[in-house]
Amino acid sequence: MIEIDSITKVYNGEKAVDSVSMTAETGTITVIVGTSGSGKTTLLRMINRLEEPSSGEVRINGDSTADVKPHILRRRIGYAIQGHGLFPHHTVARNIAAVPELLDWPKDKIRERVDELLDLFSMEPDQFRGRYPAELSGGQAQRVGVARALASRPDLLLMDEPFGALDPIIRTRAQEDLRRIQRRLGSTIMLVTHDMEEAIRLGDRVAVMDAGRLVQHASPAEIIANPATEFVADMVGNVERPLRLLSLIPLSEIVEDGAAEGEALPADASLRDALSACLWTGREAVPVVQDGSAVGCATLAAIRARAEAHR
Amino acid sequence: MSVGRVLRPALIALLLALVLRPGWFEPVFAPLAPEGGPVIYERASLLSLSLSHLGLVAAASLVATIVAVGLAIFVTRPAGAAFRPLSRTIANIGQTFPPVAVLALAVPALGFGAGPTLVALFLYGLLPIFENALTGLSTLPPAVTEAARGIGLSRWQRLLRVELPLALPVTLTGIRLSVVIALGTATIGSTVAARTLGEVIIAGLLTNNTAYVLQGGLIVGLFAVLIYDGMVQIEQRLARRMGA
Amino acid sequence: MTGWARAGAGLSAPGVLFALLGCGALLVPFMTLAANRIVAGEGVMVWSLDGRAGALAVIAGLALGLPLRPAWLRLIGAMLGLAGLLWLLVQGAPGLLDGAGEYARVSPAAGFWCLLVVLMLLMADALAQMSPGAAMRGVLLLAVGGALALILGSGALSDLSVMQEHAARRDAFMREAVRHLGLAFGSLAAAALIGFPLGVLCHRRPELRGTVLPVLSFLQTIPSLAMFGLMIPLLGWVGDAVPGAQAIGIAGIGFAPAFLALVLYSLLPVVGNTVAGLAATPPAALEAARGMGMTAGQRLIRVELPLGLPVILTGLRIVLVQNIGLAVIAGLIGGGGFGTFVFQGLNQTATDLILLGALPTVALALSAAIAMDILVDLTRRTPRDSR
Repeated sequence: MIEIDSITKVYNGEKAVDSVSMTAETGTITVIVGTSGSGKTTLLRMINRLEEPSSGEVRINGDSTADVKPHILRRRIGYAIQGHGLFPHHTVARNIAAVPELLDWPKDKIRERVDELLDLFSMEPDQFRGRYPAELSGGQAQRVGVARALASRPDLLLMDEPFGALDPIIRTRAQEDLRRIQRRLGSTIMLVTHDMEEAIRLGDRVAVMDAGRLVQHASPAEIIANPATEFVADMVGNVERPLRLLSLIPLSEIVEDGAAEGEALPADASLRDALSACLWTGREAVPVVQDGSAVGCATLAAIRARAEAHR
Repeated sequence: MSVGRVLRPALIALLLALVLRPGWFEPVFAPLAPEGGPVIYERASLLSLSLSHLGLVAAASLVATIVAVGLAIFVTRPAGAAFRPLSRTIANIGQTFPPVAVLALAVPALGFGAGPTLVALFLYGLLPIFENALTGLSTLPPAVTEAARGIGLSRWQRLLRVELPLALPVTLTGIRLSVVIALGTATIGSTVAARTLGEVIIAGLLTNNTAYVLQGGLIVGLFAVLIYDGMVQIEQRLARRMGA
Repeated sequence: MTGWARAGAGLSAPGVLFALLGCGALLVPFMTLAANRIVAGEGVMVWSLDGRAGALAVIAGLALGLPLRPAWLRLIGAMLGLAGLLWLLVQGAPGLLDGAGEYARVSPAAGFWCLLVVLMLLMADALAQMSPGAAMRGVLLLAVGGALALILGSGALSDLSVMQEHAARRDAFMREAVRHLGLAFGSLAAAALIGFPLGVLCHRRPELRGTVLPVLSFLQTIPSLAMFGLMIPLLGWVGDAVPGAQAIGIAGIGFAPAFLALVLYSLLPVVGNTVAGLAATPPAALEAARGMGMTAGQRLIRVELPLGLPVILTGLRIVLVQNIGLAVIAGLIGGGGFGTFVFQGLNQTATDLILLGALPTVALALSAAIAMDILVDLTRRTPRDSR
């Protein structure tokens, strides 16, 4: 569990982060979202003490981060940043092995871990181990950056706009990969982004920052349905709110008995996907399949009912 | 900045005094002169040596600038493109030649006096100017050159109104390097009988008169430092105007 | 116009220039014959020399340099031409000396030097076209150096005036060569020992950088003769004032002031390039290094230093080449080195004595530059990073 306790950062008399408190449960993704200058990156960097808090403290599993030397603390916390920050003079394997090397892991254990991570990120170890960052595509480099941050099995993974430099298609894939790997490893992640779409897609909890203050910290559905302030509503985008809400709900929640014409959707697709399919093909309902067998259908009426449910 | 504002006039005053009123410094240099020997260099007026020294440097640097910039323009045009790799190689190799060796090698070819010094200063001065002008002309922002073509400037207009002004700051840096090297090399020119301030230092070395050495060294050093500083000022002013 | 251009398409423009210059140089006196080592000599044309086959080799070499491709053929042309030049010297000198008197001297003249420059440029042009890798360049450098040593050692050129000057002061030449290398490499080592930590410190402390770099570039601006001259009273005073200083060689004249002047000149390239090299690390990589828990020392050793090494080494290259040249001036203040011969030669108006000092200096500076360039290339290990 990560506890942030009324943490404040003052630069030249101005509060970049103003008494923020929040708690992140182990095994969840917390996305900190805000515009530039909202203090979101400063908040993240105070967790691994790349910035020293002016007041307040951070506790990881009950231990205050102020009690250890900063570099020792950082070795326990993974850190992935925009533009990956890979060492250009080290191979992929050495990049991933950076923290285990700092922690003096035995060589064969490091080698094993590198291959394990490359496998996890669907990169053939024999093919990628010896490459240099300059020989990787943007998406591959980003995956190596995240693999490096995870290498020593850290208590917590901090990510600062990790997908910021990727083009939209690769970004979506990278987000899906992250979600999958996080579920599998049970990692605790705190991720900073300016993109509300990304926050809603990835976060178990979303924390919205504005002018140094935490203005709302809630589940994505709650943020969309009940934005705490005008600013949050703007960030969510009022017009698209129903669609964003629908994109959070899987078809399995509204599937009903019956049959429908046309191409089927999997049960874990979102209501937004189903709505889109209905409108595009002029259907009133789409068939739903799970593990290859039909389980029923999702109707437009049911989708509308869910969209109106928050009222 | 504030240090410069105090130091600069002080150094200029010191330099002027050393050149125009060397007698004032007799008490300062006296302990360094051999017993009973002369303290202040009087075989030639320091002013005329200074003027001759600066004249040599100015003439060589001026010609070198014209030729070097001309060559840089030539190799960046389509007609001269074939010579570009070669010119780069020559500039690279040429700058490894020690200036003193260039000067010494000019003597067998040209004899003693101002001639070989001038040629050595010119030849050696070409290289940094050429290299910088070439860098300036070949690393122009593509958007700007595109725009210049787009608004319909002819080749000449592009060169004069866009390319040369944009390459000017880098070229000026090359000229500064070249002038500083030339000031130093001209000093050594007095060993091949060119009239320069080096004469004072050499006379001091030959007669074991440290007072001469210090006097000549101070004057040449001050000239170099002040000229260098002045050119840096010009470059900075220019860079500021161009928003760099 | 178009027809002409098409006909010229297969030719190298520099190659044509070299051929024209080379042919012109063949019409200038190739060697001079003088009654003794001081007086001016009389020019001798190529066609009146023995070993005229050499001239044919030169012409053939220049012709091979004409086509644009293949580059290796142009390289062979340059080598053939250089061999021709050498042959002309080796065969021509004894013929001229024959019966010319006991004190007669022969030297290469303008024609030889021009052809030498032209053929070297042809070689450089061909090599630039081939852009050989670091290993290949190393082999070439060693081969050329070895061939030169072999020719000079064989005595084939011993009839030339400059070689006679060498023969007359064989021991002094060795002594001054060692002294020159000692000055150049010694000051390089000292400057690296002082400058590198200073550079790291400047990298860490921007406010220190703001003071140190201007002071060092100020030092660099002072003309060399003035700098060497100013060291004399300074070190003379130290030698007198500090007990024991004279015992370890610190005095106003000789090796110490020259050495100190060279070290002072070297500090700017070493410190400046160390700062620039360390600053060249991509900010994201540095941020990642900090974020993963590297200490300042670990960041320096594991990230900044390996990435900055090419730039730092480039600084050492500048220093080495510069100091090999500046060490000549040590000859004026009794510091020794090849400058001793240069300035003796200038005093006695003995051209060949000047050459005896200047030629090894130029060769040394050139080979140091090439060797250091190879080293810099080798440190750019990562692929696609070799800008």
